[in-house]
Amino acid sequence: MILIDTLAQGLLLGGLYALFAAGLSLVFGIMRLVNLAHGDLIILGAYLILTVTTVTGLHPFLAVLLAAPVMFALGWLLQTHLLNRVLGADILPPLLVTFGLSVVIQNGLLSGFTADSRKLTAGAIEAQSLDLGLVTLGVMPVLTFASAVAVVFALNQLFYRTALGRAFRATSDDAVTAQLMGIRPQRIFAMATGIALVVATIAALYLGTRANFDPSIGPARLLYAFEAVIIGGLGSLWGTLAGGIVIGMAQALGAAVNPEWQILSGHLAFVLVLLIRPRGLFPRAND
Amino acid sequence: MSALLQIAGLTAHYGDFQALFGVDLTLHEGQTLAIIGANGAGKTTLMRALTGVARVTAGTVTLAGEDITSLPAPDILTRGIAMVPEGRRLFPSLTVEENLLIGAHARTGNSHWTLDRVQALFPILKDRRLSPGTALSGGQQQMVAIGRALMSNPRVLLCDELSLGLAPVVIKEIYAAFPQIKASGTSIIVVEQDIGQALRVADHVHCMMEGRITLSGRPAELSREAIHDAYFGVSHA
Repeated sequence: MILIDTLAQGLLLGGLYALFAAGLSLVFGIMRLVNLAHGDLIILGAYLILTVTTVTGLHPFLAVLLAAPVMFALGWLLQTHLLNRVLGADILPPLLVTFGLSVVIQNGLLSGFTADSRKLTAGAIEAQSLDLGLVTLGVMPVLTFASAVAVVFALNQLFYRTALGRAFRATSDDAVTAQLMGIRPQRIFAMATGIALVVATIAALYLGTRANFDPSIGPARLLYAFEAVIIGGLGSLWGTLAGGIVIGMAQALGAAVNPEWQILSGHLAFVLVLLIRPRGLFPRAND
Repeated sequence: MSALLQIAGLTAHYGDFQALFGVDLTLHEGQTLAIIGANGAGKTTLMRALTGVARVTAGTVTLAGEDITSLPAPDILTRGIAMVPEGRRLFPSLTVEENLLIGAHARTGNSHWTLDRVQALFPILKDRRLSPGTALSGGQQQMVAIGRALMSNPRVLLCDELSLGLAPVVIKEIYAAFPQIKASGTSIIVVEQDIGQALRVADHVHCMMEGRITLSGRPAELSREAIHDAYFGVSHA
C-alpha cells in the first residue's frame, strides 16, 4: 500500500523532471547543443512568472500565458545573436558560452531579485487532492504530470506531423543538404530554442508553485534534466519522459527508506541505467 | 533560345585547393546540358558553386538576368536552381514522402511539380511512401532525390552523378524520366562520368579537365577521339 503510494508520488514527480528535460532534449536533438544554462533559464522563467503575477495580480496559470511568448522571444534572440555564432564542428565553444550564460543569469537574478527564496502561489488548488481509493494524489502533482505528457505529445506532433517538424528533422540529419532545400538552419535553430524556452516556462510554473526557488538552484535542475535526457536516450522525447519518471520514482523510493537518500537514489538510478544501457532506454537508430 | 543561366569566368575552391579556373558556360531555356569529365575534374565543385555550397572566388553566375553569385544556398534555391546532390543525401529521419515534401519547403505559390506528379513520374515512390528514405534501393533513392529537387519547381535542375554506383538497367530507368522533366519546361545540367549516357540525354556537352572546360559541342559533332583527348588530357595516337 505504502509502496504503491510512493511509486505514484514518484511517477508524478517524474513529470516535473521530464518538463525540466524536454526543452534540453529538443535542443540537443536538433542542433547537438548542450545548453548548460537550461536550468537557469527555467529559474529565469519562474521569476518572470512571479513578476507578471506581482505586477498584474494574475494567477500563475494565467501569468504563464504572458510569460511564454516573452521566453520564446528570448530564446529566439539568444540563438540568433549568441548561440548560432558558436555552433560548429567543435563542441567546446557552445559549452563554454552556455556555461557563461548560466553564470550571467544567476548573477543577474541575484542583483534583480536578491538571494531570498520566493514561491509562486496558486491558491487553494495547492492543497487539493484526488482520492483514488488506492492512493491519494495532490491535484498539482497530477497537473504537473499531465502537463509533461501533454508537452511531450505536442512536441512529438510538431516533430512528426508538421512542415516545421520535418525541417527540424532534416536539419538535424544534414544541415548542408537542408540548405539545398531552401531551409535556413540558423532560423530553424532559433525556432527550436524559442520553443524550448516555452517548455522551460511551463516547467517554471510547476517548479515555482511546488517549492521555493532562488537564483542559485538552476544548475541542480539542469542535472536532473540531463539525467532524464540521457536515461531516455539522446533525442527521444518519449524517452525523456521515461527518464524523468525513472529519476522521480528512484527519488521517491529512496526517500521512503530514508529521507536523506532521496537525491542520491535518483543519481544512483541514473548510473545504474547507464551501466546496463549506455545509450539510454530509447536511443535513436541513426545516432 | 535565350540564356537562362550564364556562368562567366567562374573560379572556386574545394577547401584550400583551387578546383575551378575561369569556367564559362551558358544554359539556354529548355536545354539539357551534360558535363563530363574524370574524377577531380571539378564537376562537383561547379555544381556546389552554382548552388551556393562552395565558395566562389571570382567570376559571376547570372540566372535570368539576375546576378546570383555567392548568394547563400537557400536563396539560390528560391530563385530556381535545385540540385540532386552526389550520393543522393536523403534525410534518414524522413520517410520517402517527407523527403519529397521537404523539397517544397521554400516553395510559394503554384507549382507544376506536385507530390502527385512526382509520384506519377516514379510510381514506386508512392508504393514506398511511408518507408524511411534510406531504406530504399540505390536507384529508388535516386528517384527520391530527383523528385525532391523537382518539388521546388526549379527552372534549372542540377544532377550530380546520377548513375554513380547504379546498375545500367537502373540508370536507364532513371533517365527514362528525363523527357517528362524536360517537357515540364525545366532546364537541366547533368554531371556524368558515364559518357554514353551523357551523350544520349544532352543537347550540348562540355568536357572538363583540371577545373577547365576543354571541349564543348553537340553530341553529334563530337568524335570519340576528341572526347577521349579532352577527358584524359592526352593526345589520341
